[in-house]
Amino acid sequence: MRNTQGCFSFLPDLTDEEITAQVEYCLSRDWAVGIEYTDEPHPRNIFWEMWGNPMFDLKDAKGVMMELDDCRKAHGDKYIRMNAFDSTRGFETVTMSFIVNRPKVEPEIIMRRTEVDGRSIRYTHEVAR
Amino acid sequence: MDQTTPTSIDLRAEYEESGVREVLDELDRELIGLAPVKQRIRETAALLLVDRARTRLGLSHETPTLHMSFTGNPGTGKTTVAQKMAGLLHRLGYVRKGHLVNVTRDDLVGQYIGHTAPKTKEVLKKAMGGVLFIDEAYYLYKPDNERDYGQEAIEILLQVMENNRDDLVVIMAGYADRMDRFFAANPGFRSRIAHHIDFPDYSDEELGRIAESMLDAQGYRFDPAAQAAMAEYVGLRRAQPHFANARSIRNALDRARLRQANRLFSQQGRVSADDLSTITEPDLRASRVFSGGLDPDGSRERERVQDLQYDNA
Repeated sequence: MRNTQGCFSFLPDLTDEEITAQVEYCLSRDWAVGIEYTDEPHPRNIFWEMWGNPMFDLKDAKGVMMELDDCRKAHGDKYIRMNAFDSTRGFETVTMSFIVNRPKVEPEIIMRRTEVDGRSIRYTHEVAR
Repeated sequence: MDQTTPTSIDLRAEYEESGVREVLDELDRELIGLAPVKQRIRETAALLLVDRARTRLGLSHETPTLHMSFTGNPGTGKTTVAQKMAGLLHRLGYVRKGHLVNVTRDDLVGQYIGHTAPKTKEVLKKAMGGVLFIDEAYYLYKPDNERDYGQEAIEILLQVMENNRDDLVVIMAGYADRMDRFFAANPGFRSRIAHHIDFPDYSDEELGRIAESMLDAQGYRFDPAAQAAMAEYVGLRRAQPHFANARSIRNALDRARLRQANRLFSQQGRVSADDLSTITEPDLRASRVFSGGLDPDGSRERERVQDLQYDNA
C-alpha cells in the first residue's frame, strides 16, 4: 500500500533531479536538510532513524544528494525522507518533509476492530508484513 | 524549442556578457602588484572561455580539471585571489554557487580513529558548488608519523577531486618549497591539479602603495614625513624574521593607529578631524623595527642576559 506521508506523496516518486530542485529550494530559504530512514511506516511512528546530523551551512544541494546516495546504499529497501528545518526564531521546526525512497514492496497498514466493554469498538492500525 | 547547435560564437561578446571582464578589472584595480599572477589568471580565464565555447559548439564534453595550487610566501594575497577565482569560475559557470570555503588541517583531520572521514566529508559537503580553499595544505601530510590521520583526509580529497570535478574546485595553498615536497610525496595531487600559480613577494614600492591603500580604506592617511618613515620601515622589516608581506604591513598599521590614538589621547586640548585621520612620523618611528627589530621568540633577550652574566662573572 502506497505510503502517503509528507509533501508530494500523492505524486509519482520524485526523480533525483526533482529531489535536487526541492533541496535547492530548501537551501535557498536557509533551511537545514536532514535525512531520516525507517522500516516502520506506521503514521504514529514519528521517530525515524537519523542518517547523520541535519546539514547546516550547505550552499549546494549536491552535499545532500551525496548523503542520500550513501543512505540509499545502506538502507535501499527502507523509507527515506528529507526534513527541512527552519531555524528562524519563533519557528524552529520542521517546515517541509518528503519521502525520497520507498521499499520495493511497501507493507500494508491494516485496521483492527476490537470489541471492548459494553460492545463498544476500538480501532487500531498496524503494519502488516 | 530550437535545439540546433550554433556554428560560431563571438568570444568578445561572451567575455563581456559572462561578467568575466568585471572580475578581471576588479582584480587589476584592487590588487597591487602580482603581475605574474594576474597574467596567469587572465590566461586561465581565456582558456575557460574558449573551453566553454567549444562545449557549446559540441567540440568537447569533458569538464576541464580546474583544481589549482597557489604557492607563495605568507601575506602575498593567496586567499584574496582565491576569493576572486571563485567569483570568476562562478561567472563562467564552472561552479554553481561560487562561494569560498576556507579550511586548514584542523578542519579536515580528526583526533581519533574514525573521526577524520566524517569531518572531511562535512567540509566537502559545505564546499559543494563552490571552491574549497585549503590553506597550508602541506600540513595534511606528515611523513614522520605514518599513523597520522592526514593520510585519510588526503585519500578522501583525492577521490572527490576526481569524481566530483563539476561540483567543486579545490585550491591548495602554501609555501612554495613545502608544497613541492608535499606534491612529491603525494603524486596523486600533482596529476589532478592543472594550474600551479606562484605568488611572488611584493617589492618595497608595492608594499608602500599597499600601506597607503589599506590606510585609505580605513579613512586614514600619512603625512609626508610618515610616508618616508613607512618606506624605510618596509625595507627594515623585510630583513627581519617572520616577515609576512602585506600582513606585516597591516599589523604595522594597526600598531601605528594604536600609537596615534594614545598620542592624541594624552595631548591636551581639542583635536580636529585632520588630526584624527593623520598618522605622523613618531607613530611609526616608535616601532621596534627601527630599534634593532623584533625578538619574537625572546632568543636575543636571552643572549643578552647571558652575555651580561659572563661579563659579571
